[in-house]
Amino acid sequence: MTTSRTAARPASRTGRAGGGRVHRLTRRDGVVLGLMLGIPLLIDLAFVWAPAIASVFLSFTNAQGAKAVQWVGGQNYHFMATVDYEFWPAVRHNLLWLVVFIVIATPLGMLFAVLLDKGIKGTRIYQSIFFLPVMLSLALIGIIWQLMYSPDNGLINNIIGKTGQGNEIDWLGNPHINLWAVLIEATWRQAGYVMVLYLAGLKAVDPSLREAASLDGANPWQMFWRVVFPTLRPINIVILVVTVIESLRAFDLVYVTNGGTNGLELLSAIITQQILGAANKIGYGSAIGVVLLVISLVPITYFLFMQFRKENRI
Amino acid sequence: MTTATGQAPGAAVRTAAPARSGPRPKRRVGAYVFLTIAAIFWIAPVLWTLYTALRPVSDTDKHGYFSWPRMLTLDNFIDAWNQGDVIHYFLNSLYITVPAVIVTLFLSSCVAYVVSRWSFKFNLAMLLIFTAGNLLPQQVFMAPLFKMYLWISVPDWLSASGKLYDSLLGLVVINVSFQMGFCVFVLSNFMKTIPHEITEAALVDGASVWTQYWRLTLPLCRPALAAMATLLTTWIYNDFFWAIALISTGSKYPITTAILNLKGTYAVNNNLLAAGAMIIALPTLAVYFALQRQFISGLTLGSTKA
Repeated sequence: MTTSRTAARPASRTGRAGGGRVHRLTRRDGVVLGLMLGIPLLIDLAFVWAPAIASVFLSFTNAQGAKAVQWVGGQNYHFMATVDYEFWPAVRHNLLWLVVFIVIATPLGMLFAVLLDKGIKGTRIYQSIFFLPVMLSLALIGIIWQLMYSPDNGLINNIIGKTGQGNEIDWLGNPHINLWAVLIEATWRQAGYVMVLYLAGLKAVDPSLREAASLDGANPWQMFWRVVFPTLRPINIVILVVTVIESLRAFDLVYVTNGGTNGLELLSAIITQQILGAANKIGYGSAIGVVLLVISLVPITYFLFMQFRKENRI
Repeated sequence: MTTATGQAPGAAVRTAAPARSGPRPKRRVGAYVFLTIAAIFWIAPVLWTLYTALRPVSDTDKHGYFSWPRMLTLDNFIDAWNQGDVIHYFLNSLYITVPAVIVTLFLSSCVAYVVSRWSFKFNLAMLLIFTAGNLLPQQVFMAPLFKMYLWISVPDWLSASGKLYDSLLGLVVINVSFQMGFCVFVLSNFMKTIPHEITEAALVDGASVWTQYWRLTLPLCRPALAAMATLLTTWIYNDFFWAIALISTGSKYPITTAILNLKGTYAVNNNLLAAGAMIIALPTLAVYFALQRQFISGLTLGSTKA
């Protein structure tokens, strides 16, 4: 931590005899600094990290409701992988969620951003429309789309003429298609989110780069992929991480639709069902939670590494 | 940039270049068509909900939902408001969101100040702890949290249950704990951009740490704080999960989670459900219309890394 940036900080300016960085702090100032950092840290550790670590321990027990807790080793994990008929579908659904976000939602948001960045007329109106879903809660998005998907009364079936007796499409009830229907809802929101992030990134691209490229005769396609896109690297990292994390976190939409059952199983939803369900299977729920934790540590570590590497030399 | 044709080559280069060499008209038409079609798809669900909400049940029962309106009315909104006891849930949301936003901003600006304005060896570790905590999926730590909330006793005047579990206070606590991470990350990035000369001068004058933070640093962070406040208000108001995990009494739900109850209350009356949905969206729509810029700048502050 001895970068040149550090040297300019107030504390290090005081390098008198003794050389201690915080040497000049009065006792009172030291206490104030300690409290300013200590109280929030304690809260964060107590309510986020301690439970996260505790869930690893709980995952090796049979904790359930108010019953006495017993160590059961890897039994929960064994049950999860071999018996629980919801676990693997949930994993597959989370994966599909991720794929749809990467293959559809993100490129779509990027396309919106690139087109709107050209400064065409009405940019602000288009931008506001695409951004609207980002403001709504996911639970509300679930309700709004129920009105769209309703077999008899929904807009979609009415437009495609599938409301007659027997030929209605039950978009959210049919376990073969309901995940796709919900993924459309999720994309509806995610694309706007991605668009806003890319718009900010595109605005920051140095215009002289494009100038030079256009003088060299680059066509718009080359211009974007060879010149603009590489400069968006920091944003790309953020969007990649956001995309992975959001697909692991996906919960509200399926929960509001049917509680996360019947084709809409997700890891987050089955954890919630185990823990809050009638049986209160805390140990088993934690075990699935640990699986989710381990998977999420991959994008989290990647993000932290990319973010803090440059200036702080991890 | 369309004026470039017919001018001297040198002039053409000069005028064309700064305008980002815009696409030719043909491409432009393509972009308009694509964006307009997409925009129609994007706005359709909201307009359909609004349209459903504005139509009397008698009309939709008789002619179906997919039909021209005979009349439009605000009655559904009034009925949804009264039958759903919406004001009660709005107040719950208010009691959770306002304290949570204020406390989150205060605590995270404290941390951000320490780690960005002082050079302690543990600064990086602190940033990692806070930022990583915010990226965890909530379900990862819900089980122990659920148990913890059942253990922790709080005075009766703060929670009728006597526990952190099933209390609005509990929701404030978890929202603060969880959201602090993102806020610390963004605010510390922002504070790093404030020139050190400003605080150094104060230090020479013998200003205390607290004065430096409260009187000098925070006022300079106003734009970032405004953006964060907008973002946090929307996120905490929109939070659905924590109440599911940590509240057992339906009447204590914030409005976003109360959607689950309202679905039952309005039964199969889509008109009421649509009206209720629009009412619940109102506060976020107000933010959307009035503070969209702050909201977006908050999001991008976090992503572009000041």
